[in-house]
Amino acid sequence: MTDTGRVHATLPSGPPTPSFPRDRTCPYRPPESYDALAADGPVTRVALYNGRVVWLVTGHAEARALLTDPRVSTSRQNPDFPMVAPRTESQSTVVLPLLGVDDPEHARQRRMLIPRFGLKRVNAMRPQIQAVVDRLLDAMLDAGPGADLVPAYSLPVPSTVICSLLGVPYADHDFFESRSRRLFLARTAAASTGALDELRDYLRGLIARKEAEPGEGLLDELIAERLAEGEVDREELVMMAVLLLVAGHETTSNMISLGTYTLLEHPQELAALRADPALMPGAVEELLRFLSIADGLVRVAVEDFDLGGRTVRAGDGVMISTSVVNRDTAAYDHPEDLDVHRSARHHVAFGYGVHQCLGQNLARAELEIALTTLVRRVPTLRLAVPPGEVPVKPGDTLQGLFALPVTW
Amino acid sequence: MSSIRVSIDSDNCIGSGQCALTASKVFTQDDDGFGMVLPGREDGAGEPLVREAVRACPVQAITIEEN
Repeated sequence: MTDTGRVHATLPSGPPTPSFPRDRTCPYRPPESYDALAADGPVTRVALYNGRVVWLVTGHAEARALLTDPRVSTSRQNPDFPMVAPRTESQSTVVLPLLGVDDPEHARQRRMLIPRFGLKRVNAMRPQIQAVVDRLLDAMLDAGPGADLVPAYSLPVPSTVICSLLGVPYADHDFFESRSRRLFLARTAAASTGALDELRDYLRGLIARKEAEPGEGLLDELIAERLAEGEVDREELVMMAVLLLVAGHETTSNMISLGTYTLLEHPQELAALRADPALMPGAVEELLRFLSIADGLVRVAVEDFDLGGRTVRAGDGVMISTSVVNRDTAAYDHPEDLDVHRSARHHVAFGYGVHQCLGQNLARAELEIALTTLVRRVPTLRLAVPPGEVPVKPGDTLQGLFALPVTW
Repeated sequence: MSSIRVSIDSDNCIGSGQCALTASKVFTQDDDGFGMVLPGREDGAGEPLVREAVRACPVQAITIEEN
Protein backbone atom coordinates (compact mmCIF):
# COMPACT_ATOMS: atom_id res chain seq x y z
CA MET A 1 0.00 0.00 0.00
CA THR A 2 1.45 3.34 -0.96
CA ASP A 3 0.27 6.81 -0.14
CA THR A 4 1.51 8.42 -3.35
CA GLY A 5 -1.20 10.46 -4.96
CA ARG A 6 -3.21 11.15 -1.83
CA VAL A 7 -4.47 14.69 -1.67
CA HIS A 8 -2.96 16.91 1.01
CA ALA A 9 -4.37 20.35 0.51
CA THR A 10 -1.93 22.28 2.66
CA LEU A 11 1.12 20.39 1.54
CA PRO A 12 1.50 20.62 -2.23
CA SER A 13 4.31 18.44 -3.51
CA GLY A 14 6.84 19.44 -6.14
CA PRO A 15 10.11 21.33 -6.20
CA PRO A 16 11.91 22.76 -4.41
CA THR A 17 10.95 20.70 -1.35
CA PRO A 18 14.08 19.08 0.12
CA SER A 19 14.07 15.32 0.49
CA PHE A 20 14.05 13.53 3.85
CA PRO A 21 15.57 11.44 5.29
CA ARG A 22 19.06 11.51 3.78
CA ASP A 23 22.17 9.44 4.43
CA ARG A 24 24.73 10.60 6.97
CA THR A 25 28.27 11.06 5.70
CA CYS A 26 29.84 11.32 9.13
CA PRO A 27 28.12 8.60 11.17
CA TYR A 28 27.68 10.76 14.27
CA ARG A 29 26.39 13.94 12.60
CA PRO A 30 23.17 14.65 10.75
CA PRO A 31 23.74 15.15 7.00
CA GLU A 32 25.04 18.67 6.27
CA SER A 33 21.94 19.35 4.20
CA TYR A 34 19.83 19.19 7.39
CA ASP A 35 21.35 22.55 8.41
CA ALA A 36 19.16 24.23 5.81
CA LEU A 37 16.08 22.45 7.18
CA ALA A 38 16.73 23.80 10.67
CA ALA A 39 17.35 27.28 9.24
CA ASP A 40 13.87 27.28 7.69
CA GLY A 41 12.22 27.49 11.13
CA PRO A 42 11.23 25.00 13.79
CA VAL A 43 8.69 23.36 11.45
CA THR A 44 9.42 23.00 7.75
CA ARG A 45 8.36 20.92 4.73
CA VAL A 46 10.18 17.91 3.33
CA ALA A 47 9.46 15.35 0.61
CA LEU A 48 9.53 11.62 1.28
CA TYR A 49 10.86 8.95 -1.13
CA ASN A 50 7.43 8.59 -2.76
CA GLY A 51 7.01 12.31 -3.38
CA ARG A 52 4.64 12.94 -0.50
CA VAL A 53 5.30 16.20 1.34
CA VAL A 54 5.15 16.17 5.14
CA TRP A 55 6.00 18.55 7.97
CA LEU A 56 9.39 18.16 9.58
CA VAL A 57 9.90 19.40 13.14
CA THR A 58 13.44 20.58 13.90
CA GLY A 59 12.84 22.74 17.02
CA HIS A 60 13.27 21.27 20.50
CA ALA A 61 10.25 22.96 22.10
CA GLU A 62 8.06 22.17 19.09
CA ALA A 63 9.13 18.50 19.10
CA ARG A 64 8.23 18.12 22.76
CA ALA A 65 4.91 19.87 22.17
CA LEU A 66 4.08 17.61 19.25
CA LEU A 67 5.03 14.41 21.05
CA THR A 68 2.62 15.21 23.89
CA ASP A 69 -0.19 16.36 21.59
CA PRO A 70 -3.20 14.00 21.44
CA ARG A 71 -4.10 15.50 18.05
CA VAL A 72 -1.50 13.29 16.36
CA SER A 73 -1.68 9.53 15.96
CA THR A 74 0.91 6.83 15.64
CA SER A 75 -1.44 4.27 14.07
CA ARG A 76 -0.13 2.69 10.89
CA GLN A 77 -3.73 1.79 10.10
CA ASN A 78 -4.51 5.46 9.51
CA PRO A 79 -4.43 5.67 5.68
CA ASP A 80 -2.63 9.02 5.92
CA PHE A 81 0.23 7.66 8.06
CA PRO A 82 3.43 8.63 6.20
CA MET A 83 5.70 5.97 4.76
CA VAL A 84 9.39 6.76 5.20
CA ALA A 85 10.71 4.02 2.91
CA PRO A 86 9.18 1.22 0.79
CA ARG A 87 10.06 -1.11 3.64
CA THR A 88 7.74 0.62 6.12
CA GLU A 89 4.69 -0.15 3.97
CA SER A 90 4.73 -3.60 5.59
CA GLN A 91 3.77 -1.94 8.88
CA SER A 92 0.26 -1.20 7.67
CA THR A 93 -0.41 -4.93 7.21
CA VAL A 94 -0.39 -5.61 10.94
CA VAL A 95 -1.20 -3.68 14.10
CA LEU A 96 2.05 -2.84 15.85
CA PRO A 97 1.40 -2.89 19.60
CA LEU A 98 2.79 -0.05 21.76
CA LEU A 99 4.48 2.14 19.15
CA GLY A 100 1.69 1.74 16.58
CA VAL A 101 -1.37 2.27 18.80
CA ASP A 102 -2.74 5.35 20.54
CA ASP A 103 -4.08 5.67 24.07
CA PRO A 104 -6.08 4.21 25.72
CA GLU A 105 -5.09 0.94 24.00
CA HIS A 106 -1.42 1.90 24.17
CA ALA A 107 -1.63 2.57 27.92
CA ARG A 108 -3.26 -0.82 28.53
CA GLN A 109 -0.40 -2.59 26.73
CA ARG A 110 2.35 -0.48 28.22
CA ARG A 111 1.18 -0.89 31.80
CA MET A 112 1.58 -4.66 31.48
CA LEU A 113 5.28 -4.13 30.75
CA ILE A 114 6.30 -1.17 32.91
CA PRO A 115 7.18 -3.18 36.06
CA ARG A 116 9.76 -5.27 34.21
CA PHE A 117 11.49 -2.17 32.80
CA GLY A 118 11.49 -0.10 36.01
CA LEU A 119 14.68 1.22 37.60
CA LYS A 120 14.71 -1.33 40.41
CA ARG A 121 14.32 -4.30 38.08
CA VAL A 122 16.91 -2.88 35.69
CA ASN A 123 19.39 -2.17 38.51
CA ALA A 124 18.94 -5.74 39.72
CA MET A 125 20.05 -6.86 36.23
CA ARG A 126 23.34 -4.93 36.36
CA PRO A 127 25.51 -7.78 37.71
CA GLN A 128 24.15 -10.06 34.99
CA ILE A 129 24.82 -7.43 32.29
CA GLN A 130 28.35 -6.97 33.65
CA ALA A 131 28.93 -10.75 33.46
CA VAL A 132 27.76 -10.85 29.82
CA VAL A 133 30.00 -7.91 28.94
CA ASP A 134 33.04 -9.46 30.65
CA ARG A 135 32.53 -12.84 29.00
CA LEU A 136 32.25 -11.28 25.54
CA LEU A 137 35.31 -9.09 26.10
CA ASP A 138 37.31 -12.10 27.34
CA ALA A 139 36.49 -13.93 24.11
CA MET A 140 37.25 -10.90 21.93
CA LEU A 141 40.59 -10.23 23.62
CA ASP A 142 41.57 -13.91 23.47
CA ALA A 143 40.90 -14.03 19.73
CA GLY A 144 42.71 -10.74 18.99
CA PRO A 145 44.27 -8.35 18.60
CA GLY A 146 41.77 -7.18 16.01
CA ALA A 147 37.98 -7.67 15.80
CA ASP A 148 34.82 -6.38 14.23
CA LEU A 149 33.21 -4.86 17.31
CA VAL A 150 29.66 -5.29 15.95
CA PRO A 151 29.41 -9.11 15.96
CA ALA A 152 32.00 -9.49 18.76
CA TYR A 153 30.47 -7.07 21.25
CA SER A 154 27.88 -4.45 20.34
CA LEU A 155 25.30 -6.90 18.99
CA PRO A 156 25.67 -9.87 21.41
CA VAL A 157 25.58 -7.70 24.55
CA PRO A 158 21.98 -6.43 24.12
CA SER A 159 20.90 -9.56 22.28
CA THR A 160 21.93 -11.79 25.20
CA VAL A 161 20.35 -9.43 27.74
CA ILE A 162 16.97 -9.13 25.98
CA CYS A 163 16.84 -12.92 25.45
CA SER A 164 17.34 -13.45 29.15
CA LEU A 165 14.76 -10.81 30.08
CA LEU A 166 12.11 -12.17 27.71
CA GLY A 167 12.91 -15.86 28.10
CA VAL A 168 13.91 -16.32 24.44
CA PRO A 169 16.66 -18.94 23.85
CA TYR A 170 19.86 -17.12 22.85
CA ALA A 171 20.75 -20.18 20.73
CA ASP A 172 18.22 -18.77 18.19
CA HIS A 173 20.03 -15.42 17.91
CA ASP A 174 21.31 -15.89 14.34
CA PHE A 175 17.73 -16.44 13.22
CA PHE A 176 16.11 -13.45 14.91
CA GLU A 177 19.05 -11.08 14.39
CA SER A 178 19.10 -11.69 10.63
CA ARG A 179 15.30 -11.26 10.29
CA SER A 180 15.47 -8.15 12.43
CA ARG A 181 18.21 -6.74 10.21
CA ARG A 182 16.01 -7.36 7.17
CA LEU A 183 13.09 -5.64 8.90
CA PHE A 184 15.20 -2.49 9.27
CA LEU A 185 17.13 -2.61 6.00
CA ALA A 186 14.97 -4.34 3.37
CA ARG A 187 14.63 -2.30 0.19
CA THR A 188 11.13 -3.64 -0.58
CA ALA A 189 7.89 -4.01 1.36
CA ALA A 190 7.75 -7.72 0.42
CA ALA A 191 11.16 -8.48 1.94
CA SER A 192 10.30 -6.60 5.11
CA THR A 193 6.89 -8.27 5.42
CA GLY A 194 8.53 -11.67 4.92
CA ALA A 195 10.96 -11.02 7.75
CA LEU A 196 8.13 -9.85 10.02
CA ASP A 197 6.11 -12.98 9.20
CA GLU A 198 9.06 -15.22 10.04
CA LEU A 199 9.57 -13.47 13.39
CA ARG A 200 5.86 -13.79 14.19
CA ASP A 201 5.88 -17.51 13.33
CA TYR A 202 8.93 -18.01 15.51
CA LEU A 203 7.50 -16.20 18.53
CA ARG A 204 4.04 -17.78 18.06
CA GLY A 205 5.76 -21.16 18.27
CA LEU A 206 7.88 -20.15 21.25
CA ILE A 207 4.83 -18.87 23.15
CA ALA A 208 2.98 -22.16 22.46
CA ARG A 209 5.98 -24.14 23.76
CA LYS A 210 6.14 -21.95 26.85
CA GLU A 211 2.46 -22.56 27.58
CA ALA A 212 3.25 -26.27 27.74
CA GLU A 213 6.54 -25.80 29.54
CA PRO A 214 6.79 -22.46 31.37
CA GLY A 215 10.15 -20.75 31.88
CA GLU A 216 11.21 -17.66 33.82
CA GLY A 217 11.14 -14.75 31.39
CA LEU A 218 8.83 -11.81 30.83
CA LEU A 219 7.02 -13.76 28.10
CA ASP A 220 6.32 -16.52 30.60
CA GLU A 221 4.96 -13.96 33.08
CA LEU A 222 2.74 -12.43 30.39
CA ILE A 223 1.43 -15.87 29.39
CA ALA A 224 0.62 -16.81 32.98
CA GLU A 225 -0.70 -13.46 34.19
CA ARG A 226 -2.20 -11.82 31.12
CA LEU A 227 -2.89 -14.32 28.33
CA ALA A 228 -4.48 -16.87 30.67
CA GLU A 229 -6.62 -14.09 32.20
CA GLY A 230 -7.73 -12.80 28.81
CA GLU A 231 -6.12 -9.38 29.29
CA VAL A 232 -4.12 -9.80 26.09
CA ASP A 233 -5.00 -11.90 23.08
CA ARG A 234 -2.58 -14.33 21.52
CA GLU A 235 -1.67 -12.42 18.35
CA GLU A 236 -1.29 -9.21 20.34
CA LEU A 237 1.15 -10.99 22.66
CA VAL A 238 3.03 -12.44 19.67
CA MET A 239 3.48 -8.98 18.16
CA MET A 240 4.48 -7.50 21.52
CA ALA A 241 7.13 -10.21 21.76
CA VAL A 242 8.40 -9.42 18.23
CA LEU A 243 8.63 -5.76 19.08
CA LEU A 244 10.40 -6.24 22.41
CA LEU A 245 12.90 -8.69 20.92
CA VAL A 246 13.70 -6.51 17.91
CA ALA A 247 13.73 -3.15 19.69
CA GLY A 248 15.63 -4.68 22.60
CA HIS A 249 18.72 -5.51 20.60
CA GLU A 250 18.88 -3.39 17.43
CA THR A 251 18.80 0.00 19.11
CA THR A 252 21.32 -0.63 21.87
CA SER A 253 23.62 -2.48 19.48
CA ASN A 254 23.77 0.57 17.21
CA MET A 255 24.44 2.80 20.21
CA ILE A 256 27.33 0.68 21.51
CA SER A 257 29.18 0.51 18.18
CA LEU A 258 28.44 4.08 17.13
CA GLY A 259 29.16 5.33 20.66
CA THR A 260 32.54 3.59 20.62
CA TYR A 261 33.41 5.00 17.19
CA THR A 262 32.39 8.48 18.33
CA LEU A 263 34.53 8.31 21.49
CA LEU A 264 37.52 7.04 19.46
CA GLU A 265 37.08 10.06 17.19
CA HIS A 266 36.97 12.41 20.23
CA PRO A 267 40.14 11.41 22.11
CA GLN A 268 39.86 14.25 24.64
CA GLU A 269 36.42 13.14 25.72
CA LEU A 270 37.57 9.52 25.84
CA ALA A 271 40.55 10.51 28.01
CA ALA A 272 38.20 12.35 30.39
CA LEU A 273 36.07 9.21 30.73
CA ARG A 274 39.15 7.05 31.35
CA ALA A 275 40.33 9.44 34.05
CA ASP A 276 36.93 9.59 35.74
CA PRO A 277 34.54 6.66 35.09
CA ALA A 278 31.91 8.46 37.23
CA LEU A 279 31.34 10.66 34.16
CA MET A 280 29.89 7.71 32.23
CA PRO A 281 26.16 8.09 33.07
CA GLY A 282 26.31 11.71 31.86
CA ALA A 283 28.39 10.66 28.85
CA VAL A 284 25.74 8.10 27.90
CA GLU A 285 23.08 10.87 27.91
CA GLU A 286 25.37 13.03 25.80
CA LEU A 287 25.98 10.20 23.32
CA LEU A 288 22.24 9.56 23.12
CA ARG A 289 21.70 13.25 22.34
CA PHE A 290 24.64 13.54 19.96
CA LEU A 291 23.96 10.36 17.98
CA SER A 292 20.12 10.42 17.88
CA ILE A 293 20.01 7.02 16.20
CA ALA A 294 16.20 6.98 15.80
CA ASP A 295 16.37 10.02 13.53
CA GLY A 296 12.88 10.43 12.11
CA LEU A 297 9.89 9.90 14.42
CA VAL A 298 6.62 9.71 12.49
CA ARG A 299 3.07 10.85 13.29
CA VAL A 300 -0.12 11.71 11.42
CA ALA A 301 -2.36 14.62 12.41
CA VAL A 302 -5.94 13.65 13.25
CA GLU A 303 -7.10 17.23 13.87
CA ASP A 304 -5.99 20.69 12.71
CA PHE A 305 -3.55 22.56 14.93
CA ASP A 306 -0.83 25.21 14.86
CA LEU A 307 2.79 24.30 15.49
CA GLY A 308 5.83 26.54 15.22
CA GLY A 309 3.95 29.14 13.18
CA ARG A 310 2.53 26.59 10.72
CA THR A 311 -0.97 25.21 10.44
CA VAL A 312 -1.02 21.43 10.42
CA ARG A 313 -4.22 19.94 8.98
CA ALA A 314 -5.85 16.62 9.83
CA GLY A 315 -4.32 14.00 7.53
CA ASP A 316 -0.95 15.74 7.26
CA GLY A 317 2.13 13.68 8.02
CA VAL A 318 4.51 15.07 10.63
CA MET A 319 8.06 13.88 11.24
CA ILE A 320 10.67 14.82 13.81
CA SER A 321 14.38 14.80 13.08
CA THR A 322 15.75 13.94 16.52
CA SER A 323 19.34 14.68 15.45
CA VAL A 324 18.41 18.25 14.51
CA VAL A 325 16.09 18.73 17.50
CA ASN A 326 18.87 17.55 19.81
CA ARG A 327 21.16 20.18 18.26
CA ASP A 328 18.74 23.08 18.76
CA THR A 329 20.79 26.02 20.05
CA ALA A 330 17.76 27.16 22.07
CA ALA A 331 18.16 23.99 24.17
CA TYR A 332 21.92 23.34 24.22
CA ASP A 333 25.08 25.44 24.16
CA HIS A 334 27.48 24.45 21.37
CA PRO A 335 25.28 21.51 20.41
CA GLU A 336 27.68 20.48 17.61
CA ASP A 337 30.31 19.55 20.20
CA LEU A 338 30.43 16.22 21.99
CA ASP A 339 30.93 17.17 25.63
CA VAL A 340 30.83 14.39 28.24
CA HIS A 341 30.73 17.01 31.00
CA ARG A 342 27.53 18.68 29.83
CA SER A 343 24.04 18.00 31.11
CA ALA A 344 22.34 16.57 28.03
CA ARG A 345 19.06 16.42 29.94
CA HIS A 346 15.80 16.82 28.00
CA HIS A 347 17.12 15.27 24.78
CA VAL A 348 14.50 13.49 22.67
CA ALA A 349 16.65 10.53 21.61
CA PHE A 350 14.17 8.22 23.38
CA GLY A 351 11.23 10.28 22.13
CA TYR A 352 8.93 12.11 24.54
CA GLY A 353 5.30 11.79 25.61
CA VAL A 354 3.46 8.54 26.26
CA HIS A 355 5.45 6.66 23.63
CA GLN A 356 8.86 7.49 25.11
CA CYS A 357 11.06 4.39 24.91
CA LEU A 358 9.90 1.66 27.29
CA GLY A 359 13.39 0.17 27.48
CA GLN A 360 15.27 3.42 28.09
CA ASN A 361 16.56 2.52 31.53
CA LEU A 362 17.68 -0.92 30.40
CA ALA A 363 19.43 0.77 27.46
CA ARG A 364 21.15 3.23 29.80
CA ALA A 365 22.39 0.40 32.04
CA GLU A 366 23.67 -1.63 29.08
CA LEU A 367 25.41 1.38 27.52
CA GLU A 368 27.02 2.44 30.80
CA ILE A 369 28.33 -1.04 31.54
CA ALA A 370 29.37 -1.90 27.97
CA LEU A 371 31.23 1.39 27.37
CA THR A 372 32.78 1.65 30.86
CA THR A 373 34.13 -1.89 30.65
CA LEU A 374 35.40 -1.53 27.08
CA VAL A 375 37.22 1.71 27.92
CA ARG A 376 38.76 0.22 31.07
CA ARG A 377 39.75 -3.18 29.75
CA VAL A 378 41.00 -2.16 26.29
CA PRO A 379 42.92 1.06 26.92
CA THR A 380 44.71 0.90 23.55
CA LEU A 381 41.50 0.38 21.53
CA ARG A 382 41.66 2.09 18.11
CA LEU A 383 40.10 1.92 14.67
CA ALA A 384 41.69 -0.68 12.37
CA VAL A 385 40.68 1.28 9.23
CA PRO A 386 40.60 4.98 8.35
CA PRO A 387 37.52 6.59 9.97
CA GLY A 388 35.94 7.37 6.61
CA GLU A 389 35.97 3.69 5.62
CA VAL A 390 33.68 2.47 8.39
CA PRO A 391 30.41 1.45 6.68
CA VAL A 392 27.48 3.65 7.77
CA LYS A 393 23.80 2.61 7.71
CA PRO A 394 21.47 4.47 5.31
CA GLY A 395 19.47 7.48 6.51
CA ASP A 396 16.02 5.89 6.30
CA THR A 397 16.52 3.46 9.18
CA LEU A 398 18.08 3.26 12.65
CA GLN A 399 21.44 5.02 12.44
CA GLY A 400 24.56 2.99 13.11
CA LEU A 401 27.48 1.10 11.62
CA PHE A 402 27.41 -2.13 9.61
CA ALA A 403 30.84 -3.03 10.96
CA LEU A 404 33.44 -1.49 13.27
CA PRO A 405 36.93 -2.88 12.63
CA VAL A 406 39.06 -2.20 15.70
CA THR A 407 42.39 -3.33 17.08
CA TRP A 408 44.37 -2.78 20.28
CA MET B 1 7.86 31.79 53.52
CA SER B 2 6.36 29.84 50.65
CA SER B 3 6.33 26.08 50.59
CA ILE B 4 5.58 23.53 47.91
CA ARG B 5 3.89 20.16 47.75
CA VAL B 6 5.09 17.66 45.13
CA SER B 7 2.90 14.86 43.87
CA ILE B 8 2.76 12.33 41.01
CA ASP B 9 -0.38 11.32 39.12
CA SER B 10 0.16 7.57 39.00
CA ASP B 11 -2.61 7.13 36.42
CA ASN B 12 -0.55 9.13 33.93
CA CYS B 13 2.90 7.85 34.90
CA ILE B 14 4.54 5.67 32.22
CA GLY B 15 7.46 4.62 34.40
CA SER B 16 10.13 6.40 32.35
CA GLY B 17 12.15 6.99 35.53
CA GLN B 18 13.02 10.55 34.50
CA CYS B 19 11.97 11.98 37.90
CA ALA B 20 14.14 9.54 39.87
CA LEU B 21 17.06 10.03 37.49
CA THR B 22 16.81 13.81 37.62
CA ALA B 23 16.11 14.41 41.34
CA SER B 24 16.84 11.23 43.27
CA LYS B 25 16.61 13.11 46.61
CA VAL B 26 12.89 13.52 46.10
CA PHE B 27 11.70 10.84 43.66
CA THR B 28 12.05 7.10 43.33
CA GLN B 29 10.18 4.30 41.59
CA ASP B 30 8.02 1.78 43.41
CA ASP B 31 8.51 -1.96 42.89
CA ASP B 32 6.20 -1.86 39.88
CA GLY B 33 8.28 0.77 38.12
CA PHE B 34 5.98 3.75 38.70
CA GLY B 35 7.32 7.07 39.93
CA MET B 36 6.71 8.10 43.54
CA VAL B 37 7.69 10.89 45.88
CA LEU B 38 9.98 9.62 48.64
CA PRO B 39 8.09 9.56 51.95
CA GLY B 40 8.80 12.76 53.86
CA ARG B 41 10.06 14.59 50.75
CA GLU B 42 6.66 15.87 49.58
CA ASP B 43 7.90 19.39 50.38
CA GLY B 44 10.62 19.03 47.73
CA ALA B 45 13.37 18.90 50.40
CA GLY B 46 14.74 22.20 49.09
CA GLU B 47 15.98 20.37 45.98
CA PRO B 48 16.13 22.75 42.99
CA LEU B 49 16.21 19.78 40.58
CA VAL B 50 12.54 19.07 41.37
CA ARG B 51 11.58 21.63 38.76
CA GLU B 52 13.93 20.00 36.26
CA ALA B 53 12.21 16.69 36.99
CA VAL B 54 8.84 18.26 36.25
CA ARG B 55 10.20 19.35 32.90
CA ALA B 56 11.82 15.99 32.22
CA CYS B 57 8.68 13.95 32.87
CA PRO B 58 7.50 12.89 29.39
CA VAL B 59 3.83 12.87 30.39
CA GLN B 60 3.64 15.86 32.81
CA ALA B 61 2.61 13.55 35.66
CA ILE B 62 4.37 15.63 38.34
CA THR B 63 2.57 18.54 40.00
CA ILE B 64 4.07 21.22 42.23
CA GLU B 65 1.52 23.04 44.37
CA GLU B 66 2.71 26.37 45.71
CA ASN B 67 1.32 27.21 49.13
